[in-house]
Amino acid sequence: MNNPYLPYPVRIADVRVETEDKNLRSYWLSFENKEDAAAFRYEPGQFAELSIAGLGEIPIGIASSPTEGDTLLFTVNKTGVVTTKLHNMQPGDVMGVRGPLGKSYPLAASEGKNIVIIAGGFAVTTLRATMVWLLNPENRPKYGDITFIYGARAPGMLLYKDELTAWQGRDDVRCHITVDRPAEGWDGIVGFVPTVTEQAAPSPDNAVALVCGPPIMIKYTQPVLDKLGWQADQILLSLENRMKCGIGICGRCNVGPYMVCKDGPVFTKAELDHLPKEY
Amino acid sequence: MITAYKILGKNAFEGFFGSLAQGREVYAPAQKSGKIVWAPMHSAADVDWRLDNTDMSPKEFFFPQSECLMRFKNAEGEGGRVMVPVAPLATQRVLLNIRPCDAKAFRLLDRIFVQDDMTNDPYWRDKREKTILIGQGCVNPCPECFCTSVGCGPFHEDGLDILLTDLGDRLLVKPISGKGLAMVKDLPEAAPGDIDLAGKIMAASEAAVKTYPGFEPKKLAGRTVLDIYDLPLWSSLYETCLNCGTCTFVCPTCHCFDIQDEVRGEAGRRVRNWDSCMQKLFTEHASGHNPRGEKRDRVRQRFMHKFTYIPMRRDGELGCVGCGRCVRFCPTNIDVREVVRRMGEDVEAKSK
Repeated sequence: MNNPYLPYPVRIADVRVETEDKNLRSYWLSFENKEDAAAFRYEPGQFAELSIAGLGEIPIGIASSPTEGDTLLFTVNKTGVVTTKLHNMQPGDVMGVRGPLGKSYPLAASEGKNIVIIAGGFAVTTLRATMVWLLNPENRPKYGDITFIYGARAPGMLLYKDELTAWQGRDDVRCHITVDRPAEGWDGIVGFVPTVTEQAAPSPDNAVALVCGPPIMIKYTQPVLDKLGWQADQILLSLENRMKCGIGICGRCNVGPYMVCKDGPVFTKAELDHLPKEY
Repeated sequence: MITAYKILGKNAFEGFFGSLAQGREVYAPAQKSGKIVWAPMHSAADVDWRLDNTDMSPKEFFFPQSECLMRFKNAEGEGGRVMVPVAPLATQRVLLNIRPCDAKAFRLLDRIFVQDDMTNDPYWRDKREKTILIGQGCVNPCPECFCTSVGCGPFHEDGLDILLTDLGDRLLVKPISGKGLAMVKDLPEAAPGDIDLAGKIMAASEAAVKTYPGFEPKKLAGRTVLDIYDLPLWSSLYETCLNCGTCTFVCPTCHCFDIQDEVRGEAGRRVRNWDSCMQKLFTEHASGHNPRGEKRDRVRQRFMHKFTYIPMRRDGELGCVGCGRCVRFCPTNIDVREVVRRMGEDVEAKSK
């Protein structure tokens, strides 16, 4: 009997400290059993429950792309008991992963369109998955222009620095990497994500925007997109309600008629406009 | 379609009970320390036909208050920390004298626990598949009941395998599912007079429920989430609520839960426990942000979930079966019938 509560055993293959405050770390996890890797078919935008026996589970967006093979990437912020334990774990340690859960970004439905990605802070994780997927040689020809706008508080707080450098070096991606304030050694863009978005002025023509970031960033980015002529059904947002079961039963992530874990976490702005702001 | 009514004299019930109990555990309502509880029945004599509905709903048979999902060893190293799901239910079960409202609640919950292949809940499904539901029509509905307001009724058949009607010294037996028919096929056919008598009892019971306070949920149909979310009543209703969660725990359709790990020495288990949207921690994020941090938000959530969100998902079907337990057990007398009436009145006034 298929048991959606049962985590797959995975082994930590690699750990990388992402940020200068050392609170954000990336974990590459490899499946202990080949058949589990085959069963775990995911798409960018989905999430999983990381599971440490004895402590519990946490829902985390999948930061790797399925085009990167069977190893999964999660970037974890140290906030609670599970994440604190995780920060003490080493390559070779075994834990669990359950998923994939939730809906992905509608990438298949967006073929032929220009893609605009707007990310703030830690929320760049599932958008990293999307970027890697889009830039895969098999997928890249299916899309038009790709614009990537990403901001962090400081240069040392940017995630996935190697990938950022690689993307900035490509001529088929418009990259706008920004930090909030001027910093020593930083000769890139300075300014908040909404301001940078306004300057980049991505066109809404035949395009979709994937926006993920802290609520304050979303709040001030939205009017910019409105001004540029973006419609609510072209904008995809990702909610982050507290989720436990991940399969639409336990009820805690309920907003309006939706369970965020199953009906989301990706929603269009048009869908969210009809919901109470309970997220 | 199965329409053949059967008849079972209470003096002949012992034989029928014997066939029920063959290879199955039988549970029915019983009086215990002043409460009406679900209890194992060891013989036909244990069955009490005159009891009101149980205080707690029978959802515990399929969704226990605390349920072990899987076990693990807590030791590091090989074999440690690997999760092993608990074994399926070993025996078949019969719930005897379950009320139609409670049986209907299981049909509602089936749509949540058994959604599709990817996400259905094996723990719920296993126990549902191995349980037979023999209903007893309500001949004496409790004054807090409002089943007829929510599309249910004292003799509603949805979810049952067999429906019994108490005719005094005998029971009219109506098989509803194929499983139910197989269990009663050897009973004698009912006489037309018995069927007529049952019809009169049903009509009287239905009429009794309709004399109780109820509400008209149609006033809420077709309204948007935001129409109802902003009604003035939410700003005062919450003041009497204690957020104790009693309404959610006694409710046969509430299904929220938490998942927690428990460890004792080397032994560990992952359990799910009933949880409640009345609790502040229920929705609090790891960051400290809480989408329903105020009591008003949580009280509104309970009523809107049952009377707005679920109907939106299910073509108007409400998330309530009218069993009346939340009315009966609320320590501050919040009455769902009054709340839904006010939701309807407020939303009508707003649209004028």
